Amino acid sequence: MSEILHLQSVSRRFGGLQALRDVSLTVNKGEVIGLIGPNGAGKTTLVNVVTGVTPATAGTVTFDGQDITRVKTYRSARLGLSRTFQIVQPFAQFSALDNVAAAALFSQPGEGLKAAREEARRHLAFVGLEAQSGQQAATLTLAMRKRLELAKALAMRPKLLFLDEVNAGLNSAEVERATELIHQLAADGITIVMIEHLMKVVLNVCSRIVVLHNGQLIADGQPRDVMTNPAVIEAYLGQQYAQRVGAHG
Amino acid sequence: MTRANLILLALIACIAALPLFGGAYTLRLGTIACMYAIMALSWNVVGGFAGYPSFATAAFFGLGAYIGGVLLARGAPLTMAIPIAGIGSFLIAALLGAALLRLRGHYFAIASLSLIEVFRELVNNATDLTGGGMGLNIPLAASAGVMADATFFFYLMWGVLLVTAAMVIAVSMSKLGFGLSCIMQNETAANMVGLNTTLYKSIAFGLSACFVGAAGGVYAAWVHYIDPSDVFDILYSVKPIVMALIGGLGSPLGVTIGAFVYLGLEEVVWRNYIQIHSGVLGVLIVLLLLFLPHGLTSLRGWRLWGRAKNV
Repeated sequence: MSEILHLQSVSRRFGGLQALRDVSLTVNKGEVIGLIGPNGAGKTTLVNVVTGVTPATAGTVTFDGQDITRVKTYRSARLGLSRTFQIVQPFAQFSALDNVAAAALFSQPGEGLKAAREEARRHLAFVGLEAQSGQQAATLTLAMRKRLELAKALAMRPKLLFLDEVNAGLNSAEVERATELIHQLAADGITIVMIEHLMKVVLNVCSRIVVLHNGQLIADGQPRDVMTNPAVIEAYLGQQYAQRVGAHG
Repeated sequence: MTRANLILLALIACIAALPLFGGAYTLRLGTIACMYAIMALSWNVVGGFAGYPSFATAAFFGLGAYIGGVLLARGAPLTMAIPIAGIGSFLIAALLGAALLRLRGHYFAIASLSLIEVFRELVNNATDLTGGGMGLNIPLAASAGVMADATFFFYLMWGVLLVTAAMVIAVSMSKLGFGLSCIMQNETAANMVGLNTTLYKSIAFGLSACFVGAAGGVYAAWVHYIDPSDVFDILYSVKPIVMALIGGLGSPLGVTIGAFVYLGLEEVVWRNYIQIHSGVLGVLIVLLLLFLPHGLTSLRGWRLWGRAKNV
């Protein structure tokens, strides 16, 4: 398998907070990686560092053979790096169609608005929003807005797709539907890195799991190995279990 | 082209007939009306489309007036001075915009406000070129009488208005307009879909300065004398915003109507309450904004909505 993204000793500091500490990670083409860890572990920061929203304070990020450590967000987007946001970021006053069209229009050089809308229609159909294409994004339900995020990310023809908690706040039927979409994308050969708290989804979809804790990479490997790793149970899995027990008791 | 834009062009075409109906006073009002509409339409590009509350209108009006004025005083023809005033303002604004537009919201508003002071001080201190605080005399063009002059400058200002309206309509239908709308709604997301927001905002800021600068050049030629406190008047920054709010933010037709309504209010109030005209105008504006927060263009929709509720 060939490498598509490589992080070499990446650190990111926010004032006194070390959000990422010496993280090295390789993502290969066609992989579906689950990025897990407790709240505040630095998962979203990792995505922000790669996409250039908050560039790394140390280390290098290589994407498709190109150093993108200091590359601006809009440029890395055009290179084929796309993401969805944990807190959905639609263009609220645009219709669902124009939201997706904007993604197609600005990520592909030389694309016209008309062609972009045509393409947008296809992506909306893929995520099952064709009936809502004329509806204002602000009026869509959360589940629909999450799928709209996904359609926007797809319209950018990504080589690597970051999914930041696409399932948070969805009910189980909606989660099932989103999981199905992710399976289809993976089958189409898109490399995916997903941040996810629902272990059921992670185990169902991912071929590899990476665990962050306090900004450090504490595990990286096959799902089975990671699930039995004592450090991971200590930092994340056990804690979650304890919380569940606490809530019921 | 949308119906509102067609109405806008028709409205501007109607204004061209003004010299048929009035004397020098009407033409003076008409020239100012065109000037206000240019300012409001220009402000709308950065304030309405991109959502950046700019207070820099006066800065570029003054800049254009001085570029035009200095060129005219050195004997350049009007056909050269006005375009240079516009293009110069565009370039300077686009460059400054690349730096200033990193700020958002209130911070950007204050930074753009400071541009007026910076330019005013520059003009004040470049005495050799601009005459400094003494002002700048611009020689009279070969005049064919009061009415001929008034008509000439009215059409000159009207011409700039027409080009401004054409620019604004073209922007609203283009990829640029689409991108600016994305930036207004969600700049983070706009960046993330591959939109070069800095470039788009700079172009918008440049375009919003370009025709204001050209109007400044026309103004300088029209009044024959400019000084820093006249053309760098902060009111030139505030008025376009009020006009846009009166007319309806973001809509080119709305802000143009807003400009005309504002001028009407200003003139009527000034005539009738000469001693307290600023106060009365202020109260009227506050009332308008309180009861019509989305501007005059919302009136039509509001009436339809009222009817539907009664059904």
